[in-house]
Amino acid sequence: MVNFPEINWNVLLPQVVLVSTGFFSLLLAVAYRGRGNNSGAGWAGAILSLAGLALSAYMIIIQRDSVAVGFGGILRFDPFTVFFNLLLISGAAFSVLLSVKETAGKGLQRVAGEYYALLLFATAGMIVMVSAADLLVVFVGLETMSLSVYILVGSKRGDSPGAEAALKYFLIGAFASAFLIYGIAYIYGVTGTTRFDLVAQALGEKSPGPMTLAALGLVLVGFLFKIAAVPFHMWVPDAYEGAPTPITAYMAVAVKAAAFGVLIRLLIVGFPSLSSYWLPMMWTLSVATMTLGNLAAVFQGNIKRMLAYSSIAHAGYLLVGLASLGPLSSLPGDDRALISVLYYLVVYLVMNVGAFGVLIYLSSSGRQMETLEQVRGSGFRYPVLGAAMALFMFSLAGIPPTGGFLAKFYVFSAAINQGLVSLAVIGVLNSAVSVYYYLRVIVEMYMQESSGETPAISFSLPLFLALAVSAWGVLQLGVLPSTLLEAAGKAVLFLR
Amino acid sequence: MELLEISQSDVLSWIVFLPLLGALVLVFVPGRRLNVLRMFAFLIAAADFILSLSLPANFILGTHEMQFVVSRPWIERWGVSYHLGIDGISLFLVLLTTLLSPVAILSTWSAIREKVKGFMILILVLECGMLGAFVSLDMVLFYVFWEVMLLPMYLLIGVWGHEKRVYAAVKFILYTVLGSLLMLVGFIYLFWIGSQSLGYMTTDLLELYRVAVPYHAQLWLFLSFALAFAIKVPVFPFHTWLPDAHVEAPTAGSVILAAILLKMGAYGFIRFAMPLFPAASEAFAPLIMILGVIGIIYGALVAMVQPDLKKLVAYSSVSHLGYVMLGLYSLTVSGVSGGIFQMLSHGLSTGALFLIVGILYERRHTRQIDQFGGLSARMPVFAFFFMIATLSSIGLPGLNGFVGEFLVFIGLYGSAHSSFVYFAATGMILSAVYMLWMFRRVMFGPLENPQNANLSDLNWREILVFLPLVVMMFWMGLFPRPFLARMEPSVSYFIEQYQTKSHLAEADRLQEADSLAAHEQPPGQK
Repeated sequence: MVNFPEINWNVLLPQVVLVSTGFFSLLLAVAYRGRGNNSGAGWAGAILSLAGLALSAYMIIIQRDSVAVGFGGILRFDPFTVFFNLLLISGAAFSVLLSVKETAGKGLQRVAGEYYALLLFATAGMIVMVSAADLLVVFVGLETMSLSVYILVGSKRGDSPGAEAALKYFLIGAFASAFLIYGIAYIYGVTGTTRFDLVAQALGEKSPGPMTLAALGLVLVGFLFKIAAVPFHMWVPDAYEGAPTPITAYMAVAVKAAAFGVLIRLLIVGFPSLSSYWLPMMWTLSVATMTLGNLAAVFQGNIKRMLAYSSIAHAGYLLVGLASLGPLSSLPGDDRALISVLYYLVVYLVMNVGAFGVLIYLSSSGRQMETLEQVRGSGFRYPVLGAAMALFMFSLAGIPPTGGFLAKFYVFSAAINQGLVSLAVIGVLNSAVSVYYYLRVIVEMYMQESSGETPAISFSLPLFLALAVSAWGVLQLGVLPSTLLEAAGKAVLFLR
Repeated sequence: MELLEISQSDVLSWIVFLPLLGALVLVFVPGRRLNVLRMFAFLIAAADFILSLSLPANFILGTHEMQFVVSRPWIERWGVSYHLGIDGISLFLVLLTTLLSPVAILSTWSAIREKVKGFMILILVLECGMLGAFVSLDMVLFYVFWEVMLLPMYLLIGVWGHEKRVYAAVKFILYTVLGSLLMLVGFIYLFWIGSQSLGYMTTDLLELYRVAVPYHAQLWLFLSFALAFAIKVPVFPFHTWLPDAHVEAPTAGSVILAAILLKMGAYGFIRFAMPLFPAASEAFAPLIMILGVIGIIYGALVAMVQPDLKKLVAYSSVSHLGYVMLGLYSLTVSGVSGGIFQMLSHGLSTGALFLIVGILYERRHTRQIDQFGGLSARMPVFAFFFMIATLSSIGLPGLNGFVGEFLVFIGLYGSAHSSFVYFAATGMILSAVYMLWMFRRVMFGPLENPQNANLSDLNWREILVFLPLVVMMFWMGLFPRPFLARMEPSVSYFIEQYQTKSHLAEADRLQEADSLAAHEQPPGQK
């Protein structure tokens, strides 16, 4: 006999909305295909996606205070889910805003419908990931997300760097998925379950055997690929550089946030008894990730590639937060490390969206603006974009009064709070290195004369909106962070 | 210890944020209207100066308490507050900032012709950052302002500077950021110690003063703070960014950099590093004083051989700020007051000297001393102001420079480290040598270079730039009493606190060592 678990549709509604919007977007593409070459499909797809994302967000917000468990405990709806869902949905919404220009223009016009559909499917997959309390469900969400993103990376047909990037990302990603599923199998073998809380129960307090440790390692490797921690970062620079820039932004902010969301829940709910094994691991990984990311970023001439390495470095700072998680017996609500990671993810989202958004805006005149030489002298030519880029670079470098500063401040204070002073010192030395390459963008934009002529850039409402909101976010989070801190504090309270 | 604070409305907030408000308005002024932009920025800075005059007018004498206090919660979860206030130490530094900002803006009328809008916005933001750093009584708030003033300076040097501007700007920011990030770690560690010993989280400076930091931790914390401030002062050997930054910066940038930003370092010592970690500061005092003396003599010797006027003035700053450090570490009332007084007079005299170099550069597009000579005949008014600034910098009695240096010497003589006086006094002689020699080569002698034959004298605007500085030089030189009277209560309170706390920490350390020794003995042998 098969026992059908009870179905709690409320838990699933946001995903359902996103997936159905995705299907509508596919239909839309069909409808527009007959009408020849025009930009309607791009706009319609964007508006439809935004509406779907908004509806999904609304459904999450109206039940934000409830704690619900569905499908026999494999999906959870709690403030932690809400926090990450809203984060991921806003990441997707930003990416849609950044994509409008490209899907309505030459680059992606023919695949606009599919493009937005895949973006929505990926987001739905991420939401499943962060709501999941079971490793297999995580895997389903992860694959939904990954497969969609692989295609999105290569969505510019006929663009060979894009195709190369997509293939590399796919091959390495498939490899990582294999690690993950192998690890899940081991966990099932050791504990007889894949549900986080039951895994923790089965592992108990006894010292783990080699099988358990192998399982932990394999599962972690799967996620470390997604968050681009060193030494699993090799795909990042190529994939980020080759992908269409809005997708790069999406990968940088949303994919990373989703993977961190799962990682936090898995480590705290599933493997609390193994913390003496994974905490030092996080320490080592964070040092390696920060240092390699920052040092490699120094030598990049392409801003997109520089931001790719910078995203590796930021994954390192986020791992500092994970490495300084407190003794897991205490209440997670008091845990500054967890709160600091959540805060960091939000700040990281707005500043990266902003930085990539400026690059997209600068390139929108048709002249490519991706390398340091190409943006030379553009600061005074485009004063608003220049000022915005300066703001985002300062924030990425962690200079007040921006959100990037407070985010680093919280992460490093969490580390010092746990007595990891050396980790904090390594972290700030890394920040000092990062100041050099972030400010180099400003040097080129403001302190050098432009080499060629710089064409005028036409106004684009969606891009402007994305930039304005992210600029506001960077400043708001740097000056008045209390609201978000409270929200993050509430989110981690219900983690178990 | 009860820290009573005297509040008089929000005038400090207004003084700090008025320039920022002005900068925001300037964003919406079209970039073509050069004179509107300049005039508006100048008026905002001037209004800020007038507003800041209410501080000395309402300043209560004879108390060391913080005055004009504004205190509101900011990030409650972390105990961060928006806490402003001034005492006798910061009062005049605020006034120096508000006085020099309009002067610096006024000096750019003809020097800055391109990208005027950006320049004016940045200089107003810079003023906001500097004022905020001087009045913040919360560590996080201080750190925010500290970095906020860094960025505009970086852009001022990098965008409006001379040939090697990018190199100088990057060097400047990397030095400063490295220092301040290590300070940030130190501060977070202090915050953590504070929250354990006080039982609640706070970043309020006045509360952190009460935290008894263990001796061993003090050493590291003091190092992390002192490095950030020593880079800013700059203390030898952390001064190498300074000549580059000064030479490459536009005139107004150099003026503000020398007159105000450098004071931030010394101010950091007296407000943060020394009172927070007195025992460690005491342990490092000989080292810092030796570095101060080296700075005085080395700066003077290097200044002597500079062919470039601006570099000469820059190295003279290294030399003069050595006195400030010696004064602070003499830990006598006259020494510390003298140190603060010297900060103010260095601000005025070096500010004026950089303006003078700027005037020459604008007219001749060179700063090489050997390109000039005999200018006094062509530019008599200019010669007058130049002479006074030179004499003020040397420390001629009757002018401001003398008072500060003299007080520092008296203080040093009465302190535990009296031998430093002899070395420091040689710096005074050397400064007379290089400054007067420079003045002679530029202003006197025959006018040989034909390019100098048609130099015009100062116009009204330029006279207006120098006038307030010269008036202040005489005022501070002839009547230093009102200035010193306002500093003294805060200074003697600072010294008293410093000494009590460092003795306590020292006693603690000895006790710790004793108990450790007792612990190590096997119990049977006792």
